Amino acid sequence: MSVSRVSAIGAIALTGVLALSACSSENPAPAGNTAGGGTSAANGDCFEGDLKAEGSSAQKNAIDEAISAYQTACADANIDYQPSGSGAGIKQFIAKQVDFAGSDSALKTEEKDGIVESVEAKNSCGSDAWNLPMVTGPIAIAYNVEGVDKLVLNAEVAAKIFDGKITSWDDAAIAELNQGVKLPSTPIKVYFRSDESGTTENFTKYLKAAAPEAWTHETGKKWTGKGEGKEKSAGVATATQGQDGAITYVEWSYAQQNQLAMAAIDTGSGPVELSAESAGKTVATAEQTGTGNDLALKIDYATKEAGAYPIVLVTYEIVCSKYADPETGKKVKSFLKSFASDEVQGSLTSQGYAPLPAEVATKVEAAIDAIS
Amino acid sequence: MSTVTGVSAADELPGPDGRKPLTGDRASTGRLGDRLFGGAATLSGVIVIAMVSLIAVFLVAQALPALTNNSENFLTSRVWAPGGAQPAFGILEFLWTTVAASTIAMALAVPVGVAVALFLTQYAPIWMRRPAASLVDLLAAVPSIVYGLWGLLTFRAFVRPVEQFLQDNVGWFPLFAPTRITGGTIFFIGIVLAIMVLPIVTALSREVFDQTPTAHKEGALALGATQWEMIRTAVLPFGKPGVISASMLALGRALGETIAVTFLVSALSDGTDWTWSLFNGGETFASKIANNAAEFSNPSKTGAYIAAGLVLFVLTFIVNSIARIVIERRKAFTE
Repeated sequence: MSVSRVSAIGAIALTGVLALSACSSENPAPAGNTAGGGTSAANGDCFEGDLKAEGSSAQKNAIDEAISAYQTACADANIDYQPSGSGAGIKQFIAKQVDFAGSDSALKTEEKDGIVESVEAKNSCGSDAWNLPMVTGPIAIAYNVEGVDKLVLNAEVAAKIFDGKITSWDDAAIAELNQGVKLPSTPIKVYFRSDESGTTENFTKYLKAAAPEAWTHETGKKWTGKGEGKEKSAGVATATQGQDGAITYVEWSYAQQNQLAMAAIDTGSGPVELSAESAGKTVATAEQTGTGNDLALKIDYATKEAGAYPIVLVTYEIVCSKYADPETGKKVKSFLKSFASDEVQGSLTSQGYAPLPAEVATKVEAAIDAIS
Repeated sequence: MSTVTGVSAADELPGPDGRKPLTGDRASTGRLGDRLFGGAATLSGVIVIAMVSLIAVFLVAQALPALTNNSENFLTSRVWAPGGAQPAFGILEFLWTTVAASTIAMALAVPVGVAVALFLTQYAPIWMRRPAASLVDLLAAVPSIVYGLWGLLTFRAFVRPVEQFLQDNVGWFPLFAPTRITGGTIFFIGIVLAIMVLPIVTALSREVFDQTPTAHKEGALALGATQWEMIRTAVLPFGKPGVISASMLALGRALGETIAVTFLVSALSDGTDWTWSLFNGGETFASKIANNAAEFSNPSKTGAYIAAGLVLFVLTFIVNSIARIVIERRKAFTE
């Protein structure tokens, strides 16, 4: 055999050895951590292995923050979150492809598109599926009008703007709420989410609850008002930033990132700027529609509480109350416990989310403890 | 050893070494190579045809249940609400946007592409041809998502004044009527698509123009034609089938382009009035499907979107068939 043939065979053999050696099992055997705690790590019940989740893109930044906090404390844990949309996340959860789902709205209890989500999830889990609110994402009404730094809107005027009834920034209805502010005569350009989105659903629910005469359209993931549609939060935010006279509804984090001005909302007790506290106040007034540990909340969008910013979106993590595989249950429990802890919730503010208010946080922690 | 009648006795009598008549001495590689290659080529052809047919069957099978359940006329309705108890969906809006954007793209890309190809093959100095050709081909190497980002962030600002000018001055013409859309207009998307398909037209046309028989070109020049006349009489007619093929490929790409269009497009809200204006927004088939792919929650909804994809498939098929007919008719006269 010639030299080149020998070296070719040698190269193939070497490559084969290296490739096949990578085929060892991914999960090293647990090193006896099952006896709970003992190590000096902050999270005594770290897990080793993979955890898969999928769902809402609105909470993507929050989950990424929580994952990185968890993985810093627990180096062997590998958590993966796909922000492919609430609908996709729930579908995958029901199909048992992911361990928990992130969604902008709780599992539906009525029939929609042929299935009842909560029933399907219960069948898939073999036990009740719980909606655990983890992230409060306030929705900002972001605008870009030259020369206007502060803007006050209320639900009725907002509804008329987004329905195309008010078409110019110097309209009398807007001027009435903004005494002393010089409004230009630029035409209003509305941008909406052209993809099906939980943000749209929550915003339209707010408009319908707080201004039912002005907003007569259906609520839902699909926008029913007027305007120009752009894809995803990034699309509407970029479009608003680049167009004078533009207004849109978008998550707080995107408005901050694109340095868009945000309107203060007047619910009847004075204009309220968007902040972590004002958003938290609205969530604290929410009513629990689920039973027991199923913490599906009904946000009171028409709240008149002083200092409460009414347009909030609560994203839920949808989990099984009792997992078929107890290991998965432990992993989910450990991660969510870290997620609900004060440190992680507090760190979310920098990402444009509001931490859970105290009353809700205690209920969530109790529910997490009950997962098995 | 031929006889009077012209029939050779070698065909009848045994050859040397007692071989049967009409056998060779088997010095060639034999028929195996022939058979293998022929078989492989036939198999490839069959696989390609089978794949296209199976895709068509898949599209029709998935779309049919949704189509029969539709309460609106699929081809003429502008409503799109495939979810819910009673699906009602129609693709008129998408059809118009897709066809209009692709037509603009073709109207810009084909003349420019052919002109660039002619320049590269006929006018450019020899040292320039290779580098210039590579440069044009680089346009094809840019990922479509980068085109979308570039269009959104940079190019939009240049096209907007042109649109404004046309709307202000020629707004009486229905195609240029003013609208309230400022983002991704059909006009803008058409221009970006033109840039994306330009390298396809150029590359294929260049190859075809290179093949022009030198005798034809020199004959034209010898008869006293100028360079432009030579090109018009010798190069262009020869290259016409190739240019049409290139355009059809480019059109296929323009019709199906997804990511760049999804980035740029401005969707219209429900209930917007119909307008023929090129400055209107609207989604194409591909961007509508891409935008909503995450929400395919039940078979009826999925079927509606696949039906839209089926229309795109049929549209491309029809256009390609027309192109084929034109080429075949052309060929009959040149051979």
